[in-house]
Amino acid sequence: MMPDLGKYAEVVLSSYAVSLVLLALLVGLSVWQGARVRRQLQQIEERRKSNG
Amino acid sequence: MSIWEYANPVKFIRTTEKVLPAISIAAAIALAVGLFWGFFLTPDDFRQGSTVKIIYIHVPSALMAINAWFMMLVASLIWLIRRHHVSALAAKAAAPIGVTMTLIALFTGAIWGQPMWGTWWAWDPRLTSFLILFLFYLGYMALWAAIEDSDAAADLTSVLCIVGSVFAVLSRYAVNFWNQGLHQGASLSLDKETNVADVFYQPLLVSIAGFVLLFVALVLLRTRTEIRARRIKALIARERMET
Repeated sequence: MMPDLGKYAEVVLSSYAVSLVLLALLVGLSVWQGARVRRQLQQIEERRKSNG
Repeated sequence: MSIWEYANPVKFIRTTEKVLPAISIAAAIALAVGLFWGFFLTPDDFRQGSTVKIIYIHVPSALMAINAWFMMLVASLIWLIRRHHVSALAAKAAAPIGVTMTLIALFTGAIWGQPMWGTWWAWDPRLTSFLILFLFYLGYMALWAAIEDSDAAADLTSVLCIVGSVFAVLSRYAVNFWNQGLHQGASLSLDKETNVADVFYQPLLVSIAGFVLLFVALVLLRTRTEIRARRIKALIARERMET
């Protein structure tokens, strides 16, 4: 299944590995921040509602 | 219906709630297909060997690094002219995506350049303008973070974005402006003679589609987050005034 990358295996694999890690971090961080801020806003709105 | 309706934060959140899952799934599929096809199912290049497989990451990320800045420029101009907060927040939301794409393009370019050019880095017009674009991204994000008043931050970052656009244009066209340096011309061209061979071109197009969709999905997601963060700030300020 794995293609024969020959003498450039290290170069190709490290390019893909670093790029995919950076993309995964970007997506993960964006989703996590989104969920955190959404939760915070809900809490504040509920608190304001209960305080009248 | 006017496009300016989406400048309403509530309308923006409601609409993106519906389209975001579909765009995210399309992005994941296009990225998976493009990268799998490019990595596993394409042959080696007769000159570059297997390093040609880096093209499926390098070209789309470089393309998005430049186009993310242009998207920020359009959003910044809308902010400066029409004062729609959503557009300023969309520009802010796009910057971390752009800087990541620039970093990927710089890294994959350097790691490809070592065996092909014999050097990790050269002060070539395209490489240099790309490095400056990267620094502009960092400066843009730092400026947003440094200014407390969000309208003032939006104004100043918009001006910075306009100035930085010079380097975004240079990153794209530097190869055409100066006939010097190591970086080759565009990999994608309407000229059949200079374009990459079909066997590399087709998976590359799918990969580019994946990166574009990923960018759109992330901008929408992050803009929603910025809108909510702005609302939190406003509510906290109101609570402070009430007490």
